[in-house]
Amino acid sequence: MKIYEMTYSEIETSKDIRPDEVLDAFYNRITDVEDKVKAFISIYERRENPKTKPKIIAVKDNILVEGKKTTCASKILESFIAPYDATVVGKLKENGFYIVGKTNMDEFAMGSSTENSAFFPTHNPWSISRVPGGSSGGSAAAVAAGEVPLALGSDTGGSIRQPAAFCGVVGFKPTYGLISRYGLVAFGSSLDQIGGFARSVEDVAKLSNIIAGKEDLDSTSLNNSVEDFTRLLKRPIKGLKIAIPREFMSNALDKGIKDQIEKTIYKVEDEGAVVEEVSMKMMDYATAIYYIIAPAEASSNLSRYDGVRYGLSKSDPSLKHQYMKTRDAGFGPEVKRRIMIGTFTLSAGYYEAYFEKAQRARTKLIKEFNDVFSKYDYIVGPTTPTVAFKIGEKVENPLQMYLQDIYTIPANLAGIPAISVPIGIVDGLPVGLQIMGKRFKDAEVLNLAYAVEQMVNFDYTGGMKKLDEGLGDEDEK
Amino acid sequence: MKMRNDYKIVIGLEIHAQLLTKTKMFCGCSTEYSFDDPNTNVCPVCMGMPGALPITNEQAIRFGVKAALALNCRVNLYSRFDRKNYFYPDLPKGYQISQYKYPLAEHGYLPIETPNGEKKVRIRRLHLEEDAGKLIHQSDKIDTAEYSLVDLNRAGIPLAEIVTEPDMASPREARIFMEKLRNILRYIDVCNGNLEEGSLRCDANISLVDPETGRSTPRIEVKNINSFKFVEHALEYEANRLRRFFEGDKDVVRETRGWDSKLQMTISQRGKEEENDYRYFPEPDIPPIVLREEFIEEIKGELPELPDAKKKRFMQMYNIPEYDASILVSSKELANFFEECCAKYDKPKIVSNWIMTEVLRELKERGVEINETKITSKHLVELLKEIDKGTISANTAKSVLERAFETGEMPNEIVEKQGLKQISNADEIRKIVQKVVEENPKVVAQYRGGKTKAMAFFIGQVMKVTRGKANPKMVNQLVKEALESPEE
Ligand SMILES: [Zn+2]
Repeated sequence: MKIYEMTYSEIETSKDIRPDEVLDAFYNRITDVEDKVKAFISIYERRENPKTKPKIIAVKDNILVEGKKTTCASKILESFIAPYDATVVGKLKENGFYIVGKTNMDEFAMGSSTENSAFFPTHNPWSISRVPGGSSGGSAAAVAAGEVPLALGSDTGGSIRQPAAFCGVVGFKPTYGLISRYGLVAFGSSLDQIGGFARSVEDVAKLSNIIAGKEDLDSTSLNNSVEDFTRLLKRPIKGLKIAIPREFMSNALDKGIKDQIEKTIYKVEDEGAVVEEVSMKMMDYATAIYYIIAPAEASSNLSRYDGVRYGLSKSDPSLKHQYMKTRDAGFGPEVKRRIMIGTFTLSAGYYEAYFEKAQRARTKLIKEFNDVFSKYDYIVGPTTPTVAFKIGEKVENPLQMYLQDIYTIPANLAGIPAISVPIGIVDGLPVGLQIMGKRFKDAEVLNLAYAVEQMVNFDYTGGMKKLDEGLGDEDEK
Repeated sequence: MKMRNDYKIVIGLEIHAQLLTKTKMFCGCSTEYSFDDPNTNVCPVCMGMPGALPITNEQAIRFGVKAALALNCRVNLYSRFDRKNYFYPDLPKGYQISQYKYPLAEHGYLPIETPNGEKKVRIRRLHLEEDAGKLIHQSDKIDTAEYSLVDLNRAGIPLAEIVTEPDMASPREARIFMEKLRNILRYIDVCNGNLEEGSLRCDANISLVDPETGRSTPRIEVKNINSFKFVEHALEYEANRLRRFFEGDKDVVRETRGWDSKLQMTISQRGKEEENDYRYFPEPDIPPIVLREEFIEEIKGELPELPDAKKKRFMQMYNIPEYDASILVSSKELANFFEECCAKYDKPKIVSNWIMTEVLRELKERGVEINETKITSKHLVELLKEIDKGTISANTAKSVLERAFETGEMPNEIVEKQGLKQISNADEIRKIVQKVVEENPKVVAQYRGGKTKAMAFFIGQVMKVTRGKANPKMVNQLVKEALESPEE
């Protein structure tokens, strides 16, 4: 087995690998495949040989690393150098992690394909003509391509789980508030959550242990931290109660994916878990709620990019025109669209009809989750309605793109932990299973995810192999 | 139509008070910024850097609650921050974190004494928010300036915004309210109340109503009022201008006007201030403020004696007139000074007289509070005791006090050094009187011829010779004796 194919845990525990070998393996891998994958916005120069085995990780380019560019894949921050470390980055550094670079994303995390990057799209290692998903597409692709064993992403409406599903890796969004958002460039503050990508559930649990924890710089960071994310990994799942919402298995779901999900659920039942179908009527409103709340918060969060203190600045004798010119040149079409939606839904005369109503609906949706969770330990279903689509396929149709997140958005609205684990292949492309749990029951979510991982025995190196064999280009024929 | 004077004036105030917390509202930067170089008292949070998040300053909440209680407000157990969205270069995040829907406190009042008796001005609400930075324009306005500079040292300083109901019926009342509010905020140590330096700011809404028809003028918001004097001047100016509305002046429209203290008039800020939709929504980065009753009770217990209570106590305890008491409590420092003096000198009315005349004059001339001078209660008490002992006359004492303000020396030292000790030795004075009488036989004759006013001349002469040190009572008596003694 090649070093870059190994998981973070395998590298850590293997005794016969030297520290410089680890560094070489991943830097060489990046050199070999990055031209095809385009997962990174910045790749840091290889530093001198480390004394201990480096814990290689990539960081999404909306998380600040002091002294390094943090662009959010936007022209408005193209030359912005972070003046401080995000809390999670500080924790990585304290724990001896080696950051190799910053990964590509949809501009300001707005998108589901990484095509909204102002710089270039990222390619799915399983098929380079396809998108890696988004917005953390660079992180997911980098892990799938063997460029890094671990990566950080952020998840506002599915931005970790959807690309994880598309790229055949594990992507975990912990409970809202368990991981400090300080230093994560804000998109939808009440929804944003940092989380990790890896090629095993165990790795993602270990990474969560490093980056989680109450912290004073984020008022929404919570005290009820999980003591150890890995603590329940190997617990038998016998007797655990799982709900499958009927709404998640409807016509919108691709037939092949549906089959894979059902197959996996049978296996879970075989292990002694109790699986039942439930109805969650509010799930049909989740996307509508999200596309009011997230753009509203975003329209305000992005106001600071005004060309006055940092970032792109287009000067004009009139203050108003300075703002307009700067923001027109700095933001891409999807970001502008969401700023406009958000500005509209917060405007006098529309606030009650949109924002306030969406807030009330969100409360109702949370109640529905609580009701289901009073009877079940988990809610399980697909991560995405389709497998990875072609680059360019949906760019002209934002609504189609928004529907990519129908299954992932509810967990953000409710602030609950959710994970995507790969469970199989449809049309040569990976399929993800989504597992959601109760707030603060992150270890429980990882428990079921680990059990599923053991059952399906998914080949995490499939993407690397297809990339190496040039098979990824096959549907070009 | 004739110009009338019976229109009802309606004034409401919106006050911003910078809170005296150690650190800013949402970050750890200091609140003492005025001597710093521009943009040095800043951090990622108050500069609106990407990824930075606010942390609410607990001391600011305490100070807000304290002010609310002092203003008789109901403190809300649940309050929340909202974002007020607008673009301006002094606003780093593109929104101000403020409280809109659920303010910290509501429904208060402050009683004020007006020329027509006491009246209650209702406080609609008190909420917390963050201050903006400062702009320095190359010329006087942002739109005509070649460039403007942004200084964010002030950005994020905690503010309490206090909004009154439109309960003030004259510019004079508005001023009285502001003075009283400032006094209270200083009593409870939450704001230093300096209008000139902007640590206390006042915007006023004013309109006029015709009591006969009930017709009302448009409401005008007057900004940039940076002294107590200007509160009155600006509103008087504006009230006069608004009267023209009833004569059909089309220029009187609803707008914001700024007070120009040089021109002594208000100037329209129309065009600059477009009708803004602030798109308020709940601040997602900060959980709501949920207070416990015990917390509020605890702060209530920390409240010091407030001016009105102190005034009543002074009148009773020291038996001084209401007028004296209200002047003495108009500043916390002055009231403390008075009480310190009374503790060591048991004639409160005399202490009060000296404070209200000589001490206040000195303070006014120097533009300082008593605690910022070199004078302590020891100085005044020693001075008063020396007068009582007859060592110095009251007149001399005034100049001794002046000197003490100057140098901080104790009165005794000054008297000693400058040889100001009063001459109360009858023989010594009699000799001088004798001499003066002998040197002015003509005037003596006039006096004795019935021109009794000539006595003043002799007293003056004696004082001149003694450089004011002679005991005036004795001089009086001895001159009389000398003039009326039978001729030899
Ligand atoms: Zn600061």
